[in-house]
Amino acid sequence: MSLLRGLLGMELIGMWEKLFLDCQERFALLDSALILDVPLGVISRIEKMGGATSRGENSYGLDITCKDLRNLRFALKQEGHSRRDMFEILTRYAFPLAHSLPIFAFLNEEKFNVDGWTVYNPVEEYRRQGLPNHHWRITFINKCYKLCDTYPALLVVPYRASDEDLRRVATFRSRNRIPVLSWIHPENKTVIVRCSQPLVGMSGKRNKEDERYLDVIRETNRQVNKLTIYDARPNVNAVANKATGGGYESDDVYHNAELFFLDIHNIHVMRESLKKVKDIVYPNVEESHWLSSLESTHWLEHIKLVLTGAIQVADRVSSGKSSVVVHCSDGWDRTAQLTSLAMLMLDSFYRSIEGFEILVQKEWISFGHKFASRIGHGDKNHADADRSPIFLQFIDCVWQMSKQFPTAFEFNERFLITILDHLYSCRFGTFLYNCESAREKQKVTERTVSLWSLINSNKDKFKNPFYTKEINRVLYPVASMRHLELWVNYYIRWNPRIKQQQPNPVEQRYMELLALRDEYIKRLDELQLANSAKLSDPSASPSSPSQMMPHVQTHF
Amino acid sequence: MVPLQARCWSYVIVSYAVFDEKKKTLFGQLKKYPEKLVIHCKDLRVFHFCLRYTKEEEVKRIVSGIIHHTQAPKLLKRLFLFSYATAARNSPATDPKKHAVMFDTLQDWCRELERTKGNMKYKAVSVNEGYKVCERLPAYFVVPAPLLEEDIEFFQGRGIPIWCWSCHNGCALLKMSALPKEQDDSMSQIQKNFSDRIYRTVHRPPYETAKTEDLSSNFLSLQEIQMAYSKFKQLFLIDNSTEFWDTDIKWFSLLESSSWLDIIRRCLKKAVEIIECLEAQNMNVLLLEDNASDLCCLVSSLAQVMMDPHCRTVFGFQSLVQKEWVMGGHCFLDRCNHLRQSDKEEVPVFLLFLDCVWQLVHQHPPAFEFTETYLTVLSDSLYIPIFSTFFFNSPHQKDMNVGKESQDSQSRPLNLLTVWDWSVQFEPKAQTLLTNPLYVEKPKLEKVQRKGTHFKHQRQLSLPLTQSKSSPKRGFFREETDHLIKNLLGKRISKLINSSEELQDGFREFYDGWHSRPPSYQGLLLPHLEGPEIKVWAQRYLRWIPEAQILGGGGVATMSKLLEMMEEVQRLQEKIEARHHSQEALQAEAASPLRTSGRLSSLFPFALLQRHSSKPVLPTSGWKALGDEDDLAKREDEFVDLGDV
Repeated sequence: MSLLRGLLGMELIGMWEKLFLDCQERFALLDSALILDVPLGVISRIEKMGGATSRGENSYGLDITCKDLRNLRFALKQEGHSRRDMFEILTRYAFPLAHSLPIFAFLNEEKFNVDGWTVYNPVEEYRRQGLPNHHWRITFINKCYKLCDTYPALLVVPYRASDEDLRRVATFRSRNRIPVLSWIHPENKTVIVRCSQPLVGMSGKRNKEDERYLDVIRETNRQVNKLTIYDARPNVNAVANKATGGGYESDDVYHNAELFFLDIHNIHVMRESLKKVKDIVYPNVEESHWLSSLESTHWLEHIKLVLTGAIQVADRVSSGKSSVVVHCSDGWDRTAQLTSLAMLMLDSFYRSIEGFEILVQKEWISFGHKFASRIGHGDKNHADADRSPIFLQFIDCVWQMSKQFPTAFEFNERFLITILDHLYSCRFGTFLYNCESAREKQKVTERTVSLWSLINSNKDKFKNPFYTKEINRVLYPVASMRHLELWVNYYIRWNPRIKQQQPNPVEQRYMELLALRDEYIKRLDELQLANSAKLSDPSASPSSPSQMMPHVQTHF
Repeated sequence: MVPLQARCWSYVIVSYAVFDEKKKTLFGQLKKYPEKLVIHCKDLRVFHFCLRYTKEEEVKRIVSGIIHHTQAPKLLKRLFLFSYATAARNSPATDPKKHAVMFDTLQDWCRELERTKGNMKYKAVSVNEGYKVCERLPAYFVVPAPLLEEDIEFFQGRGIPIWCWSCHNGCALLKMSALPKEQDDSMSQIQKNFSDRIYRTVHRPPYETAKTEDLSSNFLSLQEIQMAYSKFKQLFLIDNSTEFWDTDIKWFSLLESSSWLDIIRRCLKKAVEIIECLEAQNMNVLLLEDNASDLCCLVSSLAQVMMDPHCRTVFGFQSLVQKEWVMGGHCFLDRCNHLRQSDKEEVPVFLLFLDCVWQLVHQHPPAFEFTETYLTVLSDSLYIPIFSTFFFNSPHQKDMNVGKESQDSQSRPLNLLTVWDWSVQFEPKAQTLLTNPLYVEKPKLEKVQRKGTHFKHQRQLSLPLTQSKSSPKRGFFREETDHLIKNLLGKRISKLINSSEELQDGFREFYDGWHSRPPSYQGLLLPHLEGPEIKVWAQRYLRWIPEAQILGGGGVATMSKLLEMMEEVQRLQEKIEARHHSQEALQAEAASPLRTSGRLSSLFPFALLQRHSSKPVLPTSGWKALGDEDDLAKREDEFVDLGDV
């Protein structure tokens, strides 16, 4: 029986099953044993193919394009006009926003024994980093999102900058996204600061407060007398931004800062690149021209540049002992990629399951990566130029790192794929809306379930058995094409030609050994217990030679 | 333990002299003395020597020494192999039979026939003892049982099917060297009659119908392999960091343009096609090549690695190389160009085979008793001139050269070492890196089964028995004999019995069918052939490039965790046993070689320099133009005029 299962809450699921049961005879294409599990949220586009006069076996039906690179084609029979109903119902529930319906996360009544919304508490996270300290303070100036509507309520800023300074700086930064602290190095106290571009414009405007503010940031760290600014964009784009009022920090104005461009392209380039990836793996995976087709997508090249940028940020902070400011245009796409990846390289805490959840929650969700616009949750406008796989690209970078350092991460590949699946599914509230203020307005934490509830209530499934906790280890991946790979298990997983990887044999064997070890330890404990019982028993033969020897405690 | 000097010279591919930052190949007499020497080695290492502060006399000596040792053609007898063997005459040699079946006796072949259940239809012959019939073939080999010895002699062993291996269903893999091309009509008539006769003997029942695979005309050419590898290896002979990052952006297209990976795919695919014939269609496969000593060796041994789990053990694999390559008369001396007499003959066929096996090892790690490190050191051993294994063109050439020596005044024969004794090269600790801790051994159960059934060499069939397919509608004689004879007589015509379309379908079905089931590591093993699945053998090719090292990462990291856990489990087990005997556990523990205090490089155990600094390697080259995407690239993420914010 073919079944397109939508995650629509109990009564709706009933209805769906009925609908598809009615149609089952008409799914000529599908194998009888096949069950498709397609969350409706993942649907990007529904199209009718063929018309009443179409001939040929599979020429009439529905074509469904998914956000996770999957394409589904349902061949139907022309009689009975069932297609119109199906099309309408599918469209209505796949794109609820266009039909004034709520997103599924608000209807979902799943219960978990862990509440994922409590995972991230900004005050706790900053306290973990050792903040506030005498250089940095926590401010609630943005409590009502008045200073900056796309920033979180709680911000960490230099101690010496007054609230008034912050307001003035906000006028000079795109969308008021002022430079605020993301991460502080536990030893050398250098910091990673994020913001948006300065509003320099064609005329080369200046803002004394902004200049002084960056200087104050520089002064929090006295090991190096320059502040490093990384502009994620290619140089030409940064220059071009002046025409629309933006720009970058030129060194004749910001004397104590060095500016570097990281050459990472914009959201449109990334979107087109991913489209090309889809073209080379569906419906057929290239054989002899695989490598050149892969190169022509530029996808791995973009990954390389993002990783390279993050390595530079991390290295600057760790060995260059210089504080770093990172921005792009608005500071919510490339900036989020760079700061979060650099933090992942520098801080082993973020490589644990909970640490990674906090990282995503902090650098992406709270700092206003526009998930709603980039993914288009519940929105039917599939060609929207705002959509772009920026977060996917970040997860791909994390995957590349975990591939290069298979013992450094507590989580496994499944964890990353699960995050990506629910990025689109709309089953959880985690990735809904563009910023914290919008989420607060919609009471997302009260009305929806967090993705972390699902993951944390079943952590074992997402654990990497090889994980070895190494505090203070800085992790520099090698950002070379010699090591970067296309993530076959994610991008090509729907292609029946590519067989899903069997469970990794090294991992499998390791798990067997772990089980064996635990069993032996138990047996040994039992033996020891029996032994000591014998020892304490006075009736036991006193002449036993084993008793004459000093008892050696075995430690585990 | 191998003399450094011996190792080095045979490794050098090319040396460059650097004048004013320009690289020139070192050749002949130098007019000017270089300031720097760059040496590229066959194991893809690159050495730089600064000569700026060296006296001119010294430079002269060094340069002429290098030219002499690396470029001048050599005589076989002048190979280091012989001086080493003479010097080592008195040191005890281990019995090579401990490490592999050498296939230099009739019994070895008989046992192999017995092992594969081929002894009903095939027989080992000693007609070539003393190389009376031909110098190309080994002293002993196996042919179809009804074949007459005169026939073997007729064309010096050409034109007769020689057995390689028998499948569990009785089908065999055979090889044959082509008959010489004859212009003369009467001669070609004789050849035709001869071939006719041979086929009539062989293709009478109980023999299955045979399919001929003409590897000389319908498959790879040696030139292609040579070209591909010379381009491919250049990608890894990197002089400095700038070169590394400059080539990085174009890496995939550079790789593709070398075609090396595609050639690997074609070899693996050819082997799968042959297996499909043997397994699914119940046909014999006859590999045909001019000398039956290059692609025949490659394809036949690949097929055996995939079909016969015995060939995936260390002993079995070494025996396979002995059987198909060393005794099969692969011209190692010429193909490796050990004597530097003809660059044209230098073709890395054996390396190609090892790379194909590596793909299998990489895709199915639990199926092999050896590791990729084993394959890497084996590929290096091709150039170590103290082992005789890879230094002769044929067993005849080896015997002649050793034999002559022993006729001299010294009475003891030369002590030629076999490469298979790994203890010559590696201490026991290092040898553990060659065996695979993940290897899933053949279940012991089978031994019991063996007694009950007739199948001594029973393998788990991973495919439904497709016997029904085997009823061949076409008779062999009517259609195929002519076809074959045309081939043998030198007219290279398409050789397939089935139409290619039919073959493609059968192949697809077979390949997809196998892959849709969970792999059985002790049964038939097929490779994945899709684009992303064929990879660069990083350990061999990237190992000397410091930029490509991942400190504390790569597969080595998980493997060392696994070994640690194995040790721990073993220790616990010993403790429990000790408890049972009311003794304290022995504390002695052998440290595993992977268990070192520091972080290992991803290229362990080969990494040349330990990068101790924690500095990251940063790409130095910039972004290249996006071409058609330029329009997009110039756009803003979201167009908003910020002018009056």
